[in-house]
Amino acid sequence: MPLSDIAEDAQQVMSANKAAVSRALNLVEDRRAESHARVAELLAALKDAPKAAGGHRVGLTGPPGVGKSTLTSVLARGLRLRDRTVGVVAVDPSSMRSGGSLLGDRARMSFDPTDNGLFVRSLATAGEVGGLAYAANSSVRVLGAAYDTVIIETTGVGQSEIDIVHVADTVVLVIQPGSGDVLQFLKAGIMEIPDILVVNKADQDELARRAVADLRGALRTAHAVGAGGAQDGAWETPIVATSATKGSGIDELIAQLDAHRKHVETALLARRRRGEVQWTLDLFIRKHGEHGVSTLGGRRLLKARAERELDGGETPLSLCEQLSREYVAALGQTA
Amino acid sequence: MAQDGKRERDRPWIMRTYSGHSTAAASNELYRTNLAKGQTGLSVAFDLPTQTGYDADDPLARGEVGKVGVPISHIGDMRALFDGIPLDQMNTSMTINATAVWLLSLYIATAEDQGVDPRVLRGTTQNDIIKEYLSRGTHIFPPAASMRLITDLITYTVDEVPKWNPINICSYHLQEAGATPTQELAYALVTAIGVLDAVKATGRIPEAEFGKVVGRISFFVNAGIRFVEELCKMRAFVELWDRVTQERYGVTDPKQRRFRYGVQVNSLGLTEQQPENNVIRIVLEMLAVTLSKDARARAIQLPAWNEALGLPRPWDQQWSLRTQQILAYETDLLEYDDLFTGSEVVKAHTQDLVESAWAEVQEVLKRGGAVEAVESGYIKQRLVESNAARLRAIEAGEQIVVGVNKFVESEPSPLTENLDEAILTVDPKVDADQRAALARWKETRDNDAVDKALAELQRVAKSDENMMVPSIAAAHAGVTTGEWANLLREVWGEYRAPTGVSGASVKTAATGANAETVARLRDRIHALEASMGRRPKMLVGKPGLDGHSNGAEQIAIKARDVGFDVVYEGIRVSPEQIVASALEEGVHLIGLSILSGSHLALVPEVMKRLRAAGLGDVPVVAGGIIPEADAERLRQEGVAAVYTPKDFELDNIMSDLIDLVDRQHAAE
Repeated sequence: MPLSDIAEDAQQVMSANKAAVSRALNLVEDRRAESHARVAELLAALKDAPKAAGGHRVGLTGPPGVGKSTLTSVLARGLRLRDRTVGVVAVDPSSMRSGGSLLGDRARMSFDPTDNGLFVRSLATAGEVGGLAYAANSSVRVLGAAYDTVIIETTGVGQSEIDIVHVADTVVLVIQPGSGDVLQFLKAGIMEIPDILVVNKADQDELARRAVADLRGALRTAHAVGAGGAQDGAWETPIVATSATKGSGIDELIAQLDAHRKHVETALLARRRRGEVQWTLDLFIRKHGEHGVSTLGGRRLLKARAERELDGGETPLSLCEQLSREYVAALGQTA
Repeated sequence: MAQDGKRERDRPWIMRTYSGHSTAAASNELYRTNLAKGQTGLSVAFDLPTQTGYDADDPLARGEVGKVGVPISHIGDMRALFDGIPLDQMNTSMTINATAVWLLSLYIATAEDQGVDPRVLRGTTQNDIIKEYLSRGTHIFPPAASMRLITDLITYTVDEVPKWNPINICSYHLQEAGATPTQELAYALVTAIGVLDAVKATGRIPEAEFGKVVGRISFFVNAGIRFVEELCKMRAFVELWDRVTQERYGVTDPKQRRFRYGVQVNSLGLTEQQPENNVIRIVLEMLAVTLSKDARARAIQLPAWNEALGLPRPWDQQWSLRTQQILAYETDLLEYDDLFTGSEVVKAHTQDLVESAWAEVQEVLKRGGAVEAVESGYIKQRLVESNAARLRAIEAGEQIVVGVNKFVESEPSPLTENLDEAILTVDPKVDADQRAALARWKETRDNDAVDKALAELQRVAKSDENMMVPSIAAAHAGVTTGEWANLLREVWGEYRAPTGVSGASVKTAATGANAETVARLRDRIHALEASMGRRPKMLVGKPGLDGHSNGAEQIAIKARDVGFDVVYEGIRVSPEQIVASALEEGVHLIGLSILSGSHLALVPEVMKRLRAAGLGDVPVVAGGIIPEADAERLRQEGVAAVYTPKDFELDNIMSDLIDLVDRQHAAE
């Protein structure tokens, strides 16, 4: 779409017109250099959307097979019953070999196709940096301008567990009873502590009770070893037992999500900005390492620059690409 | 022995034809004709709304009523279906799963109306919902509720309808979904183990009588074209079942340990090209399940030669019945003892299968058993992988299919000269007629009695009592199929099963002509991505109630492997959902797969809604068992391409799809 239409489309996005939201998502996925200006224009136009400031970005992560898609579907339904509109970004991995992907999350979701208050977009991780999808951050911004709650469901492997912290206001880690590895990672401080822990597939009461108790223990140990986390010190990570297939525990999960959203209220915008700055730097470091950072003037300088330019309408992706070009140019000069 | 005329011929197996279509009355007429031709049992095909618990007036039933079987909404339909057929003398097999408890209740109620004691009823309910999750796709409820319905039916019939086979564990559909013989054996056995363990856990059957339940378990098996291996597979089944029943369940009576099975000869390998060759395939496949006296089928139904083209006509089905009769009555097969006892070759291959299958049984049990391995997607993923390997072998010419990838030259066939008349078409009026009849039924029945029956059903569904009792009462009260299933949907919820495609890894050749083709396709996708700014994204949709997802799954995997981003939604999505997904996902291309014959209702519906949503530019292709005349109509509706079973070269399809995206992009 030409530039002149972008303001109009941004308005349509903000009124949650599905066709416009879809077009906007297509645009932010567009990697062509000639599209860059339009992406920046769109995101700038959406920046002050009324929904965005009051909205809630929820990240759902956890190992494969714990039922994240089904939980997303049930959570979305629970939010819709409370008259909140919901946008979902479901991320699946791309094949290393072909670059293609099978985006299967919709197959586990059931939703009403005539509901204008629910929008689901599947994204492939595609691209040189693992973890979240290329356009995840921008997609969340688009959906955040249109819907009250945005749920980002990640692949649950590798880098995505860390990236999600930069995109979500609330990070929910989903596990199932008997997830020994997760307990070990938490205890050892290898895994960041999420804002909310969900034990899904808690159909069998005894197993679920034991899993919740184990997790409590692990969290205590994690705190003792000083493990870092998404949350700040005043928030105590709650543990919620759910059964996505039976729909139990969803009310409590929503209550905890609301509580956490309220907890971060005052610091929300700063938290989102911090996340974007951090993601920009992480993207760049993953590509070019510490050498890249020092070549462009060091971490502190880059961080300050990211804060400034992200305010000026750059996205983490576009800025990272700009920094890459500068780094490559600098390498050319020294060679 | 045969020459001196002393040895008595064995009794032939039960001969059936899987049939039913349009209405109960039309199917009743067909059944009577078939019985008059010497068929010795009935095999009822229900339409998809009946199988998935919807009445004809449900929006999801649109286009599906009376298509792949007969619609049965209430006891009035069931009475009409068996009008003039005394149920005490019939042996009736019903291909019914998620709603098996309900359809058996209607059958029992109809028998009671005929004055027949349910204790003399003979027949089979398929009632294997595990394989529905894996292959056939007519499940409704989550696994726990499904297991409860299965065990309710078994524990009820074991005393109340003692000659009934309450469950037919299906390896048939596993083979259709791609299972190797080893996988077929293993997954059927773990299903049986899962069911028997669940029955045991109900505590309803006294320990001493458990052998009675084991003795009622029967199997439904597929017979493929590699007929020597299939023959060994059946012998391996006999041996493994004897082992399971003895070791795991301590059954001492050899009669109760006997492996009892019925067969539907493979429809999957039947070809659209030179379809007359299918007759020979059917005969050879039948030999696999009849030649061994020690592992012979107890009931056989044969497909018709033209099933890859569309619905068979009565004459096509008669040809298949005559094939069975010639083998049973004309040949001397039934005059001999087991032909293979003492054959070293048969014994060795049977042992190989026994061992490999037993190892896979242990693997699944280690993962928590059949239900767990379904929920985790393990079994489904293995099947999807095997099927991809099979299709690749055919595409590469490593597995020969005569008339398809070898010996393809053919004289014009007089059998298919007039192709549109070589299959049966269901009158489109059937849909509306059935809706009208249903409305009349609801007006004339005693609605107070219906409400009472539904309230009792709900109470029992929430308890741990047996669902059969209130279901039979509800059948008598005039409750409908949709009412029964919808009430249980509310209590138990619905279930969307793992698709198995996301994690399926497919080994592709790294070198050779095939690898080069794939590399070329990937390059084209890559180039398209660069010029469009986004990777080409495709939606694979299965509209309607048809759950045969193998084709859609293989297309989805292949498209991923050449580089598409593929959104796969699983089975049973409405046209509304497909359009909503296309809109939200921003796809460049839509592929629709329909095998139930309802393409003329569903595909244009999707097209219309796409145009209304402003997505009229997105190219749509369709695949399924679609006769050429229908394909032409779909193309006139704007469908870009139609694929049928004869299009087995997936690389060519992929190349077409890339062309479509390319052309659309160039036009924008």
